[in-house]
Amino acid sequence: MTPAMIGISWSFVKIFAALNFGMGLAAFLSWVERKQSALLQDRIGANRADILGARALGLFHILADPIKLLFKEDFVPPQGQRLWHDLAPALSLGCSALCLAALPFGDAVVLGGKTWSLQPLPMGAGVVFVLAMLSVGVHGVVMAGWSSASAYSLLGGLRGAAQMISYEVAMLSILAGPLFLYGTLDLSEAVQAQARTFWSFFPAWGIFLQPAAFILFLIAGAAETKRAPFDIPEGEAEIVGYFVEYSGMKFAMFMTNDFIETIVLAGLSTALFLGGWHLPGLGRLGLSQPVFALAGVGVFAAKMIAVLWLLMQVRWTLPRLRYDQLLALGWKNLLPLSLANFAATAWIVWWSRAG
Amino acid sequence: MIAEPDGIAKVRIVKAPEMGFLERIYLVEVLKGLLVTSRHFFINLWRHMKKALGRETEPGAVTIQYPEDPAVVARRSRTHHRLLRREDGAPRCAACMLCETICPAKCIRIVAEESPDVMIEKRAKSFEIDLGRCVFCGFCVEACPVDAIRMDTGRVEMAAFWRTDMARDITQLLGERPRQ
Repeated sequence: MTPAMIGISWSFVKIFAALNFGMGLAAFLSWVERKQSALLQDRIGANRADILGARALGLFHILADPIKLLFKEDFVPPQGQRLWHDLAPALSLGCSALCLAALPFGDAVVLGGKTWSLQPLPMGAGVVFVLAMLSVGVHGVVMAGWSSASAYSLLGGLRGAAQMISYEVAMLSILAGPLFLYGTLDLSEAVQAQARTFWSFFPAWGIFLQPAAFILFLIAGAAETKRAPFDIPEGEAEIVGYFVEYSGMKFAMFMTNDFIETIVLAGLSTALFLGGWHLPGLGRLGLSQPVFALAGVGVFAAKMIAVLWLLMQVRWTLPRLRYDQLLALGWKNLLPLSLANFAATAWIVWWSRAG
Repeated sequence: MIAEPDGIAKVRIVKAPEMGFLERIYLVEVLKGLLVTSRHFFINLWRHMKKALGRETEPGAVTIQYPEDPAVVARRSRTHHRLLRREDGAPRCAACMLCETICPAKCIRIVAEESPDVMIEKRAKSFEIDLGRCVFCGFCVEACPVDAIRMDTGRVEMAAFWRTDMARDITQLLGERPRQ
């Protein structure tokens, strides 16, 4: 095999692994969501799906739900537009799945005299790519709202568009602060930039250097994923949402899209704020380089799961914001605060270099 | 408004509590809410884990897993009807038709006949309750002058596949037992 072919097949392996990791985690999240909400509301949660009497804490619901949805009718409203109706969930899910491939899952492995990057799509503008893909994903929402020929789904789609635009702007200006510190748009390099320590023991993670940006990023990111308390496009109690006319697997794709966006958000905050695959003290164990890099993948996944837990907890704790509150939070609070954070960061960096 | 003895109304103005700065920026309140839900989450998780390990613990959930666990019905709740008997074993029902008359769902049907006992005059030849129509209001129990019908069996499971199976005749109703 030529080196080029090895490179291409290694990319395929990585993308395959990342997609499977994301999809598997999304399926698992559907179970976690039910069980976590049940635990914090003193309930038991879904536990009825069984295989030969074994219930396994309700884990078989992960299988049972898609099986049910696969066999449901794929209904398109008679006035709706079939092409766009079919395309919308694919666009949403495809865009967020592409984001998965840009996440830096681990440090490069040196094996057999060669360097194997563990990032499925190593690219210089990773942050911009992820943000762009997340905002392209909203086209699926609008498309679903329009092609369903229903006033409710159209309202949901338009709400989704307004929400995405307002939080997309805030998101970029929030990330300006930490990215200014790391001096790169590459997600792997951003993680590497957090490897140092300051005051000789404190890890230079984004959450310690930019705590305000981390909190703002979590808020904007939760809005970006369209989940409670920012589930305005869905708004179950008022308008059922942009997917009101969807059934079967197409509906499941929208649900999966929500979970994958949450996973991407967790991965992004891990890479940019929580030090990625770095863990203080892990280097002292004296692991060989490939093992060390693979342990880093585990660290990355563990941090991601911690962020996912927090996002789930927030989702089941807070009530939904009103529409005007949502837009006011985005434009009047998040945007000025993030710009102030960026200005302060720039000033402190300039001051520390000058002095 | 509280009416005073001299006829002058006393008005008390209640002001909505104003939010302080910490409440208005909302983040602290969010953290408080997260603390509450997280406490529930971890305590319940700990209890479930202890239970899984076979330890003695308080329940981690208030859920009653109904088909496996028995349904909990309050002591006073109105449940499946039963007919009572006299001391000599004959049905108490005197076929006065009060329950049939008061029944808002018209689910009771009584056919009366002459009783051999001259002191009783009438008795029920048949006494049918269609549970498919019954609204469990308990008016029949209230109306009965001879305490012949009660709704204290504690039984709530009376589903059937056919409407005809929802009817109960006099022997079935006499066979019901009060809850233990």
